[in-house]
Amino acid sequence: MSLRELAVWSQEPKSDEAQLAAEDYIKMGVIKAQKGDIPEPYVMETDKTILVIGGGIAGMTAALQSAQSGYQVVLVEKEDRLGGFVNKLYKKVPAAAGEYKKPLIVDTDIDKTIKEVEGNPNIKVFKSAKVEKTEGQPGQFDVTIASNGNSEVVKIGSIILAAGWRPYDANKLEHLGYGKSKDVVTNIEFEDLARNGIIKRPSDGKDATRVAFIQCAGQRDPNHLSYCSAMCCTTSLKQAQYVRQNPDATAMILYKDIRTPGNLEYYYKAAQNDPGVMLTKGDVTAVTQSGNGSLFVEMENSLLGEKVKVEADLVVLATGVVPATVDDPILNLKYRQGPGLPDLELFDGFADSNFICFQYETRRTGVYAAGCIRQPMSMSDAQEDATGAALKAIQAAEHVAKGVAVHPRAWDVTWPDPFMQRCTSCKRCTEECPFGAIDEDEKGTPFYKPGRCRRCATCMGACPERIVSFKDYHVDMIGSMMKNVSVPDDEDKPRIIVLACENDAYPAIDTAALKHAKIDPAVRIIQLRCLGSTNLVWIADAFSRGIDGMLLLGCKFGENYQCHFAKGSELADYRLGKVQETLDRLQLEAERVGLIQVAIDEYNNIPAIIQKFVERVKEIGPNPFKGF
Amino acid sequence: MSEQSNKQPNRILVIGGGFSGLTTAVDAAETGAEVIVIEKNPYLGGRVAQLNKYFPKLCPPICGLELNFKRLKNSPLISVYTMAEVENVSGGPGDYTVAVKLAPRFVNDNCVACNACSEACPAERPNEYNLGMDTTKAAYLPFNQAFPQKYVIDSAHCKADCGKACQNACKYEAIDLNMKQESVTFKVSSIVVATGWNPYDAKKIDTLSYGSVKNVITNMMMERLASPSGPTGGKIVRPSDGKPVENIVFVQCAGSRDENHLPFCSYICCLASLKQTTYIREQNPESKAHIFYIDIRTPGRYEKFYWKVKDDPNVSFTKGKVAKIVQAEGSDDVIVEAEDMQTGKKVKVRADMVVLATGMQPAGAAQKINGVNYTEEGFALSNQGVIAAGCGRNPMDVARSGQDATSAVLKAIKTGLGR
Repeated sequence: MSLRELAVWSQEPKSDEAQLAAEDYIKMGVIKAQKGDIPEPYVMETDKTILVIGGGIAGMTAALQSAQSGYQVVLVEKEDRLGGFVNKLYKKVPAAAGEYKKPLIVDTDIDKTIKEVEGNPNIKVFKSAKVEKTEGQPGQFDVTIASNGNSEVVKIGSIILAAGWRPYDANKLEHLGYGKSKDVVTNIEFEDLARNGIIKRPSDGKDATRVAFIQCAGQRDPNHLSYCSAMCCTTSLKQAQYVRQNPDATAMILYKDIRTPGNLEYYYKAAQNDPGVMLTKGDVTAVTQSGNGSLFVEMENSLLGEKVKVEADLVVLATGVVPATVDDPILNLKYRQGPGLPDLELFDGFADSNFICFQYETRRTGVYAAGCIRQPMSMSDAQEDATGAALKAIQAAEHVAKGVAVHPRAWDVTWPDPFMQRCTSCKRCTEECPFGAIDEDEKGTPFYKPGRCRRCATCMGACPERIVSFKDYHVDMIGSMMKNVSVPDDEDKPRIIVLACENDAYPAIDTAALKHAKIDPAVRIIQLRCLGSTNLVWIADAFSRGIDGMLLLGCKFGENYQCHFAKGSELADYRLGKVQETLDRLQLEAERVGLIQVAIDEYNNIPAIIQKFVERVKEIGPNPFKGF
Repeated sequence: MSEQSNKQPNRILVIGGGFSGLTTAVDAAETGAEVIVIEKNPYLGGRVAQLNKYFPKLCPPICGLELNFKRLKNSPLISVYTMAEVENVSGGPGDYTVAVKLAPRFVNDNCVACNACSEACPAERPNEYNLGMDTTKAAYLPFNQAFPQKYVIDSAHCKADCGKACQNACKYEAIDLNMKQESVTFKVSSIVVATGWNPYDAKKIDTLSYGSVKNVITNMMMERLASPSGPTGGKIVRPSDGKPVENIVFVQCAGSRDENHLPFCSYICCLASLKQTTYIREQNPESKAHIFYIDIRTPGRYEKFYWKVKDDPNVSFTKGKVAKIVQAEGSDDVIVEAEDMQTGKKVKVRADMVVLATGMQPAGAAQKINGVNYTEEGFALSNQGVIAAGCGRNPMDVARSGQDATSAVLKAIKTGLGR
């Protein structure tokens, strides 16, 4: 209890109100301490083996990094050979800053990496394989791997999802001539053409001395891919070097914007310095036959003029990245909430994090994505990404072995312990858990999997029977705190409970108090782990005791949600939609309850937000239950 | 880490307590390593602590910082040294000795952040947190949600004749004006260099007239102007006369992608300017923003943020490098001259205020650490036991800095394992 912030700095000094607030907060603090128990971690027998799904550069890096750190690794690759897309590459971009000098193309050395993976005694490789199903929880996953007609179950601690990507289907790019002319190829197909030395055009085998690269072939286009694939500009700059292996050949790169962020700019500069590489901005509208066997690339708004045609022997479409998760759950989780990662449409199908600050967070505990399945990225970025994912996977396996939660409550040793005798199998907890931590049988009986749990206590809020408890956080604890708040008899002095998310709303109140802003003395503020833990019984109990209003302050929800537990504040809002029924029964006005979304930096507004709510409740008048 | 590797504790020294350094620290500690964080500012959070919002979600940076501070406070394995600078690194992978200099804060752990010292202090200092746009007392809290939540006394700006006003005002014996600079050494198994970046000095770009034409500001200044904890409480007004900004121009690649300044691309500036158009458009529905750019670089899914801004009819774009910025005659307005590369025509735009999208210069450009290797531009280079992470090694955004830091943790831990 922050007596200083809640009862001293934010109240009129030495006022009766400050005194009463201090007494209430002390009472609540004592109850919290009395009702809380010392937590004991949920320790189970675990396995720390790391499963890596995908044997491309990201997957192989993750496997090697984990193995070199002393962990057993199981690597599952769908093809009969490791290496993924890198196998298709003729050469790669040199990886590090300062290396962007001639030669601008270097060997991929993928065989070396494959050999290293296959020779590592800590890595077990399954090829031509897929994950058939994943059951259990972090530390105790049973993963069924199907390979060459056999199925095998392996014990797994945590999972790295590195199943990669596929190129956007160029058949959908008919306007760019794909499928109509053999001399229009994708950037992937071009790698193969380059492998044979001097580049010939497929239609007649003539040397291709004028090669045009069309950037954003599908990307940045609302009819195809709405995103940018991040790597294609650099790829075309690299492939221009393939063209330039024939000194008589020229490469033309036709772009919307050249995107070589950071130190990749040096690579762009080096390519630009080559007189045989021409770059121009413009919108490509069509690719047509010139009549003499070559092609015209037609452009508008180009730097060369309003409407121009560029003649080329060969056209390369810089097609973009489509993540494997776009139409395949891959993990095949046997979870009540479904086989894949939820809500990927928010990320265009990528298995990405919603959190800028926490890039590896997914909504399935112990599962971390890396490489192009997470975001479009270059080979070297994928390697860095995979190393980070390996760290997170190791961390998860270690935490679950000790019974400690992972992000965001990575210190928490409490866990939800439902009193099953009173469970009515209503399925609310199994449906609402943002992390899919609760399974159920045909009868709807829930099975809590503490290894999957992030300790947000959404289940505790969801349960109409109030049976879900943590040792140091439960319905009775918060309910009892509320019940001991003073309710003034004076009709002009309402009492309002504010339930504030401890992650954002409460720190904002704290900062307001630090700035000595005054907070309306009518309110008593209680911190919650997450607004998702709000149980409607608190509202019913509070009103039946004469509390005049309840305000919930939580994180922003919607597409750009800020809730650390993804769904908490949104679920609280959803539940409030149902509170009307309770209030009707008590013959109380629905406006006595409100939920306002606040961010942590709204400390200047928060006293006014609270004030406004207090005014609203004052207008409605005192709770008729007061004094009963 | 696994049982067999648990014999010796892994000790990692993290240089820099900004976003990358903090991420490194919590991720390493939560994987069982001991961590020492060395931060030169009196607070953690680095550059992101100065930002108003993150792109593309437009969420407040302090939200993620607060969670990381909480994780840090909950971890017994992390020690933090603020106002600290590394003087020397010696030794090799698995066994480094790091010499660190600790500047006096003059405030001890008794501080409860009650503000009494600041109220009593008669001296002022330029507020570098707000990029010099306002002042604080010489006894000050760096910013509202600063961690650690402890005041600092800036002795360089103290008044000698105030009779220790701050010390007398403090009820908690938290002020000790006799604190001295200290030197400490740490023995660690690996080092993560997360020293971050500095905004490129816009004064060096003559044609853009920063410092000579009023109402030409930098993108970092814009962040502070828009922030509720900034010098104007979040009101975007122009510096010369406090007029609310109606017309604003953003100049991209102010120093970046320029052989005479920063030859590389600074990654974040396109997105930062797009984001900053939303600050002004939200505050003033009539306002107009114009962006001069070479290429709009919004890689990956950031593209959709670009679309969102482009869909706003009051935001316009010209591909072209700005040639000159001048003061409008008889007015505080600013005139931006550029060539439209798509039409070949010269364009002039008049604005209330101009924001230079200045780039990021790695911290190593200004100050190198003895024992760490750098590129010519000052980007820190990694080797087996010294791992560079974040913007100090390559320009990148916050998301990638976090990812990069997590990746650095595993490399650092592996060094400690001696593998």
